[in-house]
Amino acid sequence: MTKDAVRGRRLIALFLLGYVMLNNPLLSLFNLPTLVLGIPLLFGYIFGVWLALILLILLIFRTGSPLS
Amino acid sequence: MITTETVILAALCYIGVLFAVAYIGDKRADAGRSIINRPSVYALSLAVYCTAWTFYGSVGRAVRSGPGFLAIYIGPTLMAILGWVVVRKILRISRIHRITSIADFIASRYGKSVALGGVVTGIAVFGIVPYISLQLKAVSASFLLLAHYPESIEALHFGNLSVFGDTTFYVAVILAVFAVLFGTRKPEVTERHEGLVAAIALESVVKLAAFGAIGIFVTYGLYGGFADLFNHMSRNTELARLLTFEGPGGAPPDWGVQIVLSMLAVVLLPRQFQMTVVENIDEAHLRKAMWLFPLYLLAINFFVLPVAVAGILQFGATAVDPDTFVLRLPLAHGRNALALLVFIGGMSAATGMVVVETIALSTMISNNLVMPILLHIRPLRVDRHSDLGAWLVAVRHGAIVAVILLGYVYFRQTAEYYPLVAIGLVSFAAVAQFAPVLFGGIFWKGGTRAGALSGLCAGFLVWLYTLVLPTMTDAGLMPLSFIQEGPWGVGWLRPFRLFGLAGFDSISHGVFWSLLANTGAYIGVSLFTRQSPLEQTQAAMFVNVFHLSGEAGESTVWRGTALVPDLTSLLERFLGEERTREILDHYMGDRDAGWGESLNADPDFVTHVETMLAGVIGSASARVMVSSVVTDETFGIQEVMDIVDETRQVINYSHELEKVTADLKEANERLQELDRLKDEFISTVTHELRTPLTAIQSIAEILRDYPDTGKEEKSEFLAVMITETQRLSRLINQVLDFQKIEAGRMAWQLTSLDLCSVIRGAIDATHQLVAGKEISLTRELPEAVPAITGDRDQLMQMMINLISNAVKFCAPGTGEIHIALAHQNDALVLSVRDNGIGISEAEQQAIFEPFTQISAASRGRPQGSGLGLAITKRIVAFHGGGISVWSAPNDGATFTVVLPVMFKGGEEGGGEARSKAASR
Repeated sequence: MTKDAVRGRRLIALFLLGYVMLNNPLLSLFNLPTLVLGIPLLFGYIFGVWLALILLILLIFRTGSPLS
Repeated sequence: MITTETVILAALCYIGVLFAVAYIGDKRADAGRSIINRPSVYALSLAVYCTAWTFYGSVGRAVRSGPGFLAIYIGPTLMAILGWVVVRKILRISRIHRITSIADFIASRYGKSVALGGVVTGIAVFGIVPYISLQLKAVSASFLLLAHYPESIEALHFGNLSVFGDTTFYVAVILAVFAVLFGTRKPEVTERHEGLVAAIALESVVKLAAFGAIGIFVTYGLYGGFADLFNHMSRNTELARLLTFEGPGGAPPDWGVQIVLSMLAVVLLPRQFQMTVVENIDEAHLRKAMWLFPLYLLAINFFVLPVAVAGILQFGATAVDPDTFVLRLPLAHGRNALALLVFIGGMSAATGMVVVETIALSTMISNNLVMPILLHIRPLRVDRHSDLGAWLVAVRHGAIVAVILLGYVYFRQTAEYYPLVAIGLVSFAAVAQFAPVLFGGIFWKGGTRAGALSGLCAGFLVWLYTLVLPTMTDAGLMPLSFIQEGPWGVGWLRPFRLFGLAGFDSISHGVFWSLLANTGAYIGVSLFTRQSPLEQTQAAMFVNVFHLSGEAGESTVWRGTALVPDLTSLLERFLGEERTREILDHYMGDRDAGWGESLNADPDFVTHVETMLAGVIGSASARVMVSSVVTDETFGIQEVMDIVDETRQVINYSHELEKVTADLKEANERLQELDRLKDEFISTVTHELRTPLTAIQSIAEILRDYPDTGKEEKSEFLAVMITETQRLSRLINQVLDFQKIEAGRMAWQLTSLDLCSVIRGAIDATHQLVAGKEISLTRELPEAVPAITGDRDQLMQMMINLISNAVKFCAPGTGEIHIALAHQNDALVLSVRDNGIGISEAEQQAIFEPFTQISAASRGRPQGSGLGLAITKRIVAFHGGGISVWSAPNDGATFTVVLPVMFKGGEEGGGEARSKAASR
C-alpha cells in the first residue's frame, strides 16, 4: 500500500472520529450550563475537540507510515 | 464620533492598498516570481469562506442560539480532513482537464454536456446573488452605523434612499471595478489570477486581525479576561442561555444539518471552488492548508462568545441588533480607531467574498451559458470571428457587472427583510444541490448525464419551493396562506411542512427534501439510462484519475480528421498568436522531431487543443468549437471501450500476464535445450578426446609388449603418436576457443586490418599442409580492398579453418583449391572453392553445428574435431557477416564468407553471435 493510501485511510478514520464527537449523542453529554475551570463546558469541549482534530491532521502528515 | 469623511477615506485607502497588492501580485506573476506560490497563502485564500456573515453574523447567531453558530465552521474542518481524499482528487482532475469552474467540472464529467453546465450555472447564480446582496448590505449597514453613530440606524430604510445617495451602490461599483481589473485580465481562466489571490489572502489576514483585536479589547480591556466574562454567564440567566443548545437533549437537528451543509458548501460554493481548485498552483499546498485553514476558522471564532457576552452585558439582548455588537462595543467606549479597524475587517470579509464569487460566476456565465448560446445561434457565426478572446473577456466583464448589479437590486428590493443568517444558509442549500452529481461523479462511474440533469433539476425545484418561495411572503410577493395552508389549500404541500414532515426548522426541512429528491433522481435515472461513449470516457477518467497516467493516453476519443492549421487558428482566435505559438512550441517540445510534418492532426493533438480551449471557454464549449473544425467525427465505440472499460483493462492485464508466462516458459525451454546441448557437447568432446588417446595408448602398449619391434616400425609408431598428440592438443584448443566464443568471453582484439594480408598470412601458415598433399592452391586477390575492423588472429583462424577444411576433402595429388576475394556493395566476399568429394544437401544443413563431421565411408576415420566450421561461423557472425556453402556431391564445395565493411565492432556483434548461438 502506498503512503498516500495509508494517509487517506487514517484521515478518513479521523473524519469519522470528528464527526461522531461533534454530533449528537456525544454532544448531548456536554450540553450542560456549567463552567469547568472557568470555561463553559460545551464550548470548551467543542473547541478542544476541534483543536485536537487539527493537531491530529498535523500528526498524520508528520509521522511517516510504518508500512513505507 | 467618526465623521463620514474619515470612514470613506479609510475605506478608500484600504481599497487602494488592495489594488496595489493585486497589481504587484500580477506583475510578479508576469515576471515569473510568484508571491502566492506558498501553502500559507493558499490556506489564507481559502478563508474567503469567512464572509461578513462570519464577521458580523456569528456574534448575532451566538446571542440568538448559543453554540449553534459553530456548526458552519466545524463542517469545513471535517471537510478539510477529507481534503486528502476528496479535494485532492478534484484538484488532480481539474488540472488534467483544465477545469475553469464548478459548472465546467460537472459538465465535463457528464460528457462535456452544454445543458448540464447551463443548469449548474443557473442554480449557482440563483443561489448566490442573494448571498452577494447580503455582503453589500453588511458593508453599507456597517458604514451607516459608523458614520451616523450614535444616531440609530434602525430607522433608516435603504429603500427610501436614492440610488446615488446610497453608499451600497458605490461599494458595488468599486467591487465591480476590482473584479473586472484583476479577475478577467486574460481569457484563459486556468492561467491563475495571482494578484487577486494575493489581495484575498491579505483580506483574510485583515479580517482575522480585526476580529482578534476586538476580541482582545473586549476580553481584556472591558473585562478581566475570560474567567471574568464567563463568571458573568453563570450568574446571569439571560447569559446562561448561551452556554448550551436550546431545548432538551443535545444539539438540535439543524446542528447536524448545518455541519453537513457547510461541509458541502466549503467545496461547492463557486468562490471556494475558484480558490481551492482553479487558483491552486501546487497540489502539495493542500497538505498545509488542511490544518491551517481549520486553524484559521477556529481562531476567527475564538472571541465570538466573549464578544456576544460582553454585548449582552452592555446593551441587553434585544435593544440593538446583535449583528452590530462588534462595531458598537468599541464605539460605545470611544475607541474610534478600533471601530474603524473592525469596519475595515468587516469590509474585507464582504468584499473578498463578492469579488471572488462574481469572478467565479462570471466565468461560469460566460463559458457555460453565453458562449454555448452564441455558438448555437447560427446567423451570428460567432465561431468564425477572428478574435474570440476579446469577446470572451467582454462577456466576462459584462457578467461581473450584471451579477453585482443583480445583487444590488436584490438588496434594494428585499434584503432588508431578512437577517444575515437565513440568506446565507439558503445559498448553502442551493450549492449543496451540486453535491450528489459532483461527489457521485468522482467516485461512481455509473452516473449518467440524464441522471445528473434530473437530479439537479429535482433538487433545485424542491429547494425553490421549500426555501425560496416562502421567503417571498415577507416581501409581499406571495400570500401568507401559501405557507400556512399550502397552495390552493392543499395541506401536505405546505412548503415548511412538505408531506406533513414537522419538527424541523425550515432550512433543515428544505435541505432534507431537496437533497433527497436530488440524490434519488440522480441515482434512479442513472441506473435506467445509458452513457454515451464520451460520458463513459470522462467518467472513467474522473473516477480513475489517480490510476491513469494523466495528460497522455486520453486521446483516442477523437477519430475524425482535422487539419493542423484549422486547429491552430482556432487557438489563435481565443488566445492570440503569441500565446498560441507558446503552446505549440511547448507541445512540439514534448514530441519527436518528425511531429508537425503532416497536415492532418493526430488525435493526441486534437485533444490537446481541446484541453487548452477548455481552459478558456470550458469543456462543453471547447468541444463544440473543436467539433466545428473536425470533419467526419465518429467515436469508435470499440476504441473507447478499449481504453475505458475496466474489464478490458483486466483482460489486458491478464494478457500481459499470459505473455510474461509464455516468455518464462520459452526461457525455460531454452535453458533446457542449452542444458541438453551442454550434455551432448561434453559427451562428444570426451568421445573425441578418447579417440586419439586410445590410439596413443594402444601404440604405447605395442611398444612396451614387443620391445624388439624394428627401428623403422618404431619411428613410424612414434610419428603416429606425435600426430595424435597434436590432434589432441588442437582439439583441446578448439574446444576452449569454442567455449569462449559461445559464452561471450572471448577477448576480441579489434583493429583496422587489410583482409588481403590476413588471407596471405593464412596461405603461408597452411603451406606445409597443402604442399604435403600435393594440392595446387590458386588465389585471386584484388590489389586493394577497404580496411575492415576485426580481430586479426581470429580472422586468420577462420581462414586457416577454411583452407584446412578444403584440404581435408581434396584427393591427394589432384586436389585444387581456389581462394578469391572481391569487394561488392560495402561488403568483402571471400570464397574458398575445392574440387573434393563435396557435401550432400542434408549435411550442408548441419555442417556449421559443432561436432558435425562429414561421414565419408570411403575416407575412413574423419580427421577433424568437428569444431572448425562451428568456430568459423561464430567468428564470421561476430564480425557482422555470414557464411554459406554451395556444394554438390563429387563436385567440390565452395564456402562463401561475406564480411560487411561497415562493421565497427563492439558488444552488439558479440551479443548477436551469442544470442544466435544460444537460440539454436
